Amino acid sequence: MTMHTLSVLVENKPGVLARVSGLFSRRGFNIDSLAVGETENPDVSRITIVVNAESSPLEQVTKQLNKLVNVLKIVELDPSTSVARELLLVKVRADRNARGQVLETVSLFRARVVDVAADTLTIEATGTPDKLDALLRDLEPFGIKEMVQSGLVAIGRGPRAITAGPALRAA
Amino acid sequence: MTRPTPETLANSARRARNAEAPVTADHTRATATPASVARSAQVSGAGSLVRSLEALGVDVVFGIPGGAILPAYDPLYDSTVRHILVRHEQGAGHAATGYAQATGRVGVCIATSGPGATNLVTPIADAYMDSVPLVAITGQVARPSIGTDAFQEADIQGITLPVTKHNFLVQHAGEIPRVLAEAFHLASTGRPGPVLVDIPKDVLQAQTTFAWPPTLDLPGYRPTMHPHGKQIREAARLMTNARRPVLYVGGGVLKAGATEGLRKLAELTGIPVVTTLMALGAFPDSHQQHLGMPGMHGTVAAVYGLQKADLIVALGARFDDRVTGKLDSFAPDATVVHADIDPAEIGKNRHADVPIVGDARHVIDELLAAVTAERAAGRVADLADWWTQLDDLRERYPLGYEEPSDGTLSPQYVIKRLGEIAGPDAIYVAGVGQHQMWASQFISYEKPQSWLNSGGLGTMGYAVPAAMGAKVGKPDVVVWGIDGDGCFQMTNQELATCALEGIPVKIAVINNGNLGMVRQWQTLFYGERYSNTDLGTHKHRIPDFVKLAEALGCVGLRCENAEDVDKTIEAAMSINDAPVVIDFVVGKDAMVWPMVAAGTSNDEIMFARGVRPVFDEDDI
Repeated sequence: MTMHTLSVLVENKPGVLARVSGLFSRRGFNIDSLAVGETENPDVSRITIVVNAESSPLEQVTKQLNKLVNVLKIVELDPSTSVARELLLVKVRADRNARGQVLETVSLFRARVVDVAADTLTIEATGTPDKLDALLRDLEPFGIKEMVQSGLVAIGRGPRAITAGPALRAA
Repeated sequence: MTRPTPETLANSARRARNAEAPVTADHTRATATPASVARSAQVSGAGSLVRSLEALGVDVVFGIPGGAILPAYDPLYDSTVRHILVRHEQGAGHAATGYAQATGRVGVCIATSGPGATNLVTPIADAYMDSVPLVAITGQVARPSIGTDAFQEADIQGITLPVTKHNFLVQHAGEIPRVLAEAFHLASTGRPGPVLVDIPKDVLQAQTTFAWPPTLDLPGYRPTMHPHGKQIREAARLMTNARRPVLYVGGGVLKAGATEGLRKLAELTGIPVVTTLMALGAFPDSHQQHLGMPGMHGTVAAVYGLQKADLIVALGARFDDRVTGKLDSFAPDATVVHADIDPAEIGKNRHADVPIVGDARHVIDELLAAVTAERAAGRVADLADWWTQLDDLRERYPLGYEEPSDGTLSPQYVIKRLGEIAGPDAIYVAGVGQHQMWASQFISYEKPQSWLNSGGLGTMGYAVPAAMGAKVGKPDVVVWGIDGDGCFQMTNQELATCALEGIPVKIAVINNGNLGMVRQWQTLFYGERYSNTDLGTHKHRIPDFVKLAEALGCVGLRCENAEDVDKTIEAAMSINDAPVVIDFVVGKDAMVWPMVAAGTSNDEIMFARGVRPVFDEDDI
């Protein structure tokens, strides 16, 4: 099984996310990560789905997704030709003794401190899932009190845009 | 016996109402085609809904009113659209399906919110599995109440997500014409299917402007109609080179209206044809090249033909598990050309060597041209050996049945005679189970749209309401429902609708007193332990189907022995002013053969109990 990143352009209408996510569970797929947001066209939303599947069942789920009336376009993003990022917010124990070391880790990973309390620091980091995993591994010894992660968002490298095309202009 | 005449109570009442209603310009224009109707008027949302239905050319809807949908029933009272008041929403849904399958037009059903809507779920799922163009309109609680667990609230949009091609929750009255037009467009184009339109009560009551025609806004919906030329040429090349080819024809050919082309293609190439349960009538059963139905209860020749084929050309079929048997041993030597309008069907179950996406009519027409070109270039397949094998199988293993040894009436005989007496011009509508399989086997289907049944979902209770819908759509055609005693007890209340609305269907209840197909499996796979399959219809004659028929305003007849079969059928054929029910009391031990047991390979087909066909492997 391999990880696949799908960019699904959909009409920005109520209930579309339920149609898309329902289809995955109905056809027996687990979604590893999911992120939704508007695009440069307010009538179009972009759903980024990371799914772990063999290529043949993935083709079937892609075809089924294409049948959803509100789905405009589906593109699988190849990791080698796309940029993918997640956002992580993590609250780490950092008393006077540990604070210096935590800040050092933050700076090594080019993360940022976004909130400071007496015994904790809240850190914001963006990056590939691998980088965020590495950051978490380094922070773990200090004590992670709470963390939250966004779904992956991804975009193709180079000048081409997947949002171009007649169907999307019509939307 | 008093019973309503075809000029029924409800109909005459409706006509009387319409005669009193002021005839407006709108009434005369309502039946115009959508393109020619251009007008705008101040109406309620409900008025906009009914006008949209008129503008879409809807002549009949099946439904039951209730609280949330009530506003729609007021303008419907004066409309040219005929409303048929059913007894259960499931009946409305199957009737709309039967109407659609018999006519090729979109069937429409209406229900209220909550339980009215949930009662439509089964027929909607049924239409989804069999790709039937259906539009279901449901009332919903008023917008401010949505999500509050209000009285008769059900999230029918959420509930029907997995079983509709698409569904809508209308948010503003101004959207109604567009949403209705989109619903009809989606239901009837591409791969047809059910579409649900849920309309909150306050939206139905709101004032709005009705304007027609609306502009469709479906940027993500672009069905591929025309196949790729390269794929067609490749398919044609394979068809003229294969030594053991089979045309595997599914329901898509009927839906595309491609039966004439199919016949030409088959005759031009000489390739044997099998038609699935959903495609019976797409190719004449009597045609020399027709091997019959493939699958679990298919003919030996059709099952073997697919199994040993070196080329399968699938046209509008989906390699359903009932056809393929154990998938990994299905047709091991076959190259597969798979043509379907739904790209998701191609390669879903069986890898397609030549995938073709397109409407079956275009696919077949273009295949005809491409094969003609191949033949002109001198490439013609020699199928003589193949036909010798298939003819031998047809001769050795024809469809047949044994007369019951206990002197009971044979269900197969009843169905065979019914088909012979009613003939190929009638429409036959089956329920689900043994009687359905026998009806598929022992009636000769010569014309498209002459066989309706619930194939994919296998919905017991389909026959009576679907026959009602078919008769409404084709009033001049004889419509025979062939039902089991189990199925019949699920939906027979719609016979009251038939009696009152002047819909003289004929129903043959193949009454073996049992849930026959389940009992057959208990006989074969559960050591003859008949757990909960005896319905008591024989033992106790509860219900008495003749009395039940009469209570529902129908003529009730009974037949218990072979000598009476013809005259009972003829008696039913002579009654055209009321629905007729015949209680055929048949033996309970008859079984459906041939059979490929579920989960086994098609190679394991049993011709009869304990009898496996002998295939001469050296022939191949």
